[in-house]
Amino acid sequence: MATIQEQISNLCPAAQFDTDGEFLLVKVPDAQWHALAVALKGELGFDYLTALVGVDWKDELGCMYYLTNSTTQEIIHVRVATADREQPRLHTVSDIWAVANYQEREVYDFFGIEFINHPDMRRFFLRNDWVGHPLRKDYDASPELNPLRLDDEVNEDDTYTLVEDEQGNVTRVDKKVFDDDEYVINVGPQHPSTHGVMRYRASIEGELVKKVDVVSGYIHRGIEKMCEDLTYPQTLLYTERMDYMSAHINRHCLCLCIEKALGLEVPHRAELIRMMMDELMRLSSHLLSYGCLTMDQGATTAFFYGFRERELIYDIFDKTCGARMSMSYMTIGGVVADVHPDFVADVRHACDKIEKGLKEYHKLFTGNVIAVNRMTGVGILKQDDALSYAITGPSGRASGVHCDVRKTHPYSLYNEVDFDEILEQGGDSMSRYMVRMREMEESIKILRQCCDMLEAEEGNEYIAPKVPKIIKLPAGHWYQQVEASRGAFGVYLESDGEGKPFQKPYRLHFQSPCFNLVGIVDLTCKDNLIADLITITASIDYVIPDIDR
Amino acid sequence: MEVKIKSMKHEDFKNNEYIDNLVEQLRAGGTNVVVGKLDQLINWGISNSLWPFCFGTSCCAIEFMCLGAARYDMARFGFEVARNSPRQADYIMCQGTITYRMAPVLKRLYEQMAEPKYVIACGGCTVSGGPFKNSYCVVKGIDEIIPVDVYVPGCPPRPEAMFYGLMQLQRKIKVQKFFGGVNRKEKRNEFFKELTAQPAEATQAVEADKNEQ
Repeated sequence: MATIQEQISNLCPAAQFDTDGEFLLVKVPDAQWHALAVALKGELGFDYLTALVGVDWKDELGCMYYLTNSTTQEIIHVRVATADREQPRLHTVSDIWAVANYQEREVYDFFGIEFINHPDMRRFFLRNDWVGHPLRKDYDASPELNPLRLDDEVNEDDTYTLVEDEQGNVTRVDKKVFDDDEYVINVGPQHPSTHGVMRYRASIEGELVKKVDVVSGYIHRGIEKMCEDLTYPQTLLYTERMDYMSAHINRHCLCLCIEKALGLEVPHRAELIRMMMDELMRLSSHLLSYGCLTMDQGATTAFFYGFRERELIYDIFDKTCGARMSMSYMTIGGVVADVHPDFVADVRHACDKIEKGLKEYHKLFTGNVIAVNRMTGVGILKQDDALSYAITGPSGRASGVHCDVRKTHPYSLYNEVDFDEILEQGGDSMSRYMVRMREMEESIKILRQCCDMLEAEEGNEYIAPKVPKIIKLPAGHWYQQVEASRGAFGVYLESDGEGKPFQKPYRLHFQSPCFNLVGIVDLTCKDNLIADLITITASIDYVIPDIDR
Repeated sequence: MEVKIKSMKHEDFKNNEYIDNLVEQLRAGGTNVVVGKLDQLINWGISNSLWPFCFGTSCCAIEFMCLGAARYDMARFGFEVARNSPRQADYIMCQGTITYRMAPVLKRLYEQMAEPKYVIACGGCTVSGGPFKNSYCVVKGIDEIIPVDVYVPGCPPRPEAMFYGLMQLQRKIKVQKFFGGVNRKEKRNEFFKELTAQPAEATQAVEADKNEQ
C-alpha cells in the first residue's frame, strides 16, 4: 500500500512535503486545497479536523490544518498560505469539516483572512466596530484606534459570503443572519444558565428552536496575543485561566509541548504527580458539571452534594500547591516541589468519599423522573456529526466517538495504568451526563493505581531536572494534545529560533475543546423546546473563558 | 467609634483607620438624634440582608459558588439570596475579567440596579486588569466604568478573602447616611461626570498636539 505521502502527491501533484517535523507536513497552493481536502476526507479517511491555526509568517498569511484519521489515529498537517496581505483570501473547508465554520471565523477575526464560500463571514470574538486584526504582526495596538467604548454594541445582523463562480471570479453576496419575519429571542450575555458570559440569539417558532446564533467574545482576553510578548515560562500562567476547571491539564499540555521542543526528559516521579493532579482536576471538573447540570434542572440539593466532594479535592491542591484554584504547580521539566507528605493518604480518602458520593448522586438524581424526561432523547448528536464538528471529550464519547487522547495518543504515563474509555451510543443529554458519571469512576481507578505507584517510589525524593534558565527553542513548530476535562486540548507552538536575550513564542495557539463544543449548540437545539436549550448546553458543559481565550 | 457588625470583631479587621476616618467625616456635620436613629435602623437592615447579583465572568465565579455551597455557606451572614436580575439585588460582586465587549453590558446592569447599590471588585482582573493588563481588549479595573466600594484582590481570592470583603462592605453600610450628610447619589453623579469628561479632554489634548505640529 502506498504511503500517505505518495497518495497525496498522486491526488495533488503541486503538493510539497516536509517530513522533518513530528508529523508529515504538506504544503498546498490555495487553488488546489479544497479539492485535496475533499479527497483527504473521502479517500484517505482524515475525517477529524483536530486544529486550525492561523499564522502570520510576515511574508505570507495562512493556516495550518491538523488532520487526524479517526480509525488509524494518524496525524498530518497541511499548510495553506497567501502572499496577499492587502486582501488575503483562502478557500473554506467548512463544507467538509463542519468545525471549520467557527474556526475560520476566528482566523478572520484575528488575521483578516477571508474565506471564499464560507457561509457566514463575521467576526467571532471582537466587537463589530473593532479596527484591525490583532494577531497580525503589523497590528496597530494604539488605544486611540480601539478605545474602551461604553456605548452599546449594535446588533450585527449583516453577514456575507464570498461566492466563487466557475471562472474563479469572486463576488461578495450580502446576507442576513435572521429573516425579517423570524421571532428572535435573546439569551445572555448575563444569564445564570449560560454558565458565564455567553450570548445566544435563538429564532423560535412557537416553543421550538429553529436556529441559534452564537455571539461569543464577551470574555475574550487576547491570551494568544499576550503570549507573544512573554517568555516561555511566563506563558504558562494563562493556561490555567482559560479552562479553569482543567487548569492542571492545560498547563500540563503546554509544559509537554515546550519539553518536546526542548527534547527534555521529565523525571518519572514528576510525571506521576502531574498525572495524578490531572485526574484530580478531572474529578473536580466533572463534579462541578454534575452540580451545574442538576441545578439548571432545579435540583439545588444535588449541587450542594457535588460541591461537598469538590472541597476535598481543593484541600489536596491547597496543601500541595498552595492554592485552591489557579495552582501554578507544573513547570517546564517537572513540578514546582514534591507533594505534601499527606498527599497519598488524602487522595485515597477523597477517592473513597467520591466513590461513596457517586452512589448517592445516582440515587438522588439519575433515576429521577424529571431528569429522565428532560434529558433522554433530547439534544441528540449523531456520530458523524460529532466527528465533523470535532467534538471530543465526554460529549464526543457520548455519541460513540473513540476520541480519548489518553488512549489514542497516550502521553504522560497513561500507558502504565489500566483504565477504560467510556463510550455511550445515545448521543443525547442523558448519555453525556452518564459518560461523565462513569468517567469519574475511571479517574478514581487511575488515582488508586497512581497512589500505589507513588508509594512504591517512597524514599525516592523528587529531584527537579536541570532546565536551562533561559529557554530557547530552535526554529520550528510543534503540536501537543492532551485529554482535558472537556475534550482534546491542543497547543500549537511556533518558534522562529531568534530573539535575544529572551526568546518569545512566535505564535502560540490554544486549541480549546469548548470552542468546538459551542459549535454544536445550533445543531443539537434545533427542533427542541426553548426550555431545553438550557439543559442541552448544560449537558454539553463548556467553559466560556476557554471558548473565548 | 467602633463600627460593629455581627460576624467579626472590630479589632480583627486589619485596616480600621479608614472606617474611623469615615466616621469622623460623617460626624463633623453633626446629626439629629431622630434621623440618626432612623439611619441606624435602615443600615442594620441593609447590612444584614445583602443580596448579591450573580455576575461571574470567569474563575472567581467558581469560588463564589463555593461560597454559596455547604462549607463556606454565605447564608450565615445574610448574603445567600443570589439574584439573577439586577433589579432585585443590593450589590454587584464583579467576578472575573471585564473585556471591552462586556464593559457596556456591565455599566448597563449597574444602572439597572435599584438604590442603594454597591459594587465589589472581586479578583485581580476587576481591580486592575490583573494578569490580562497588557491585553488589547481588557478593561484595566472596573473602576474605569463604575464606582467601586470594596476591592478584593487575589487570583482568584479565597472564599475567606471574599468574606472579608463582604464584611468590609457591611461595615461601610453601617456608617452610611441617608438623611443629611454626604449624599451618595451626588457623589456617583460626580464620578460619571468625571468619566465622561476624561475622554473629551484626551481628544482635546491630541488635537492640540496636532495643531502644534
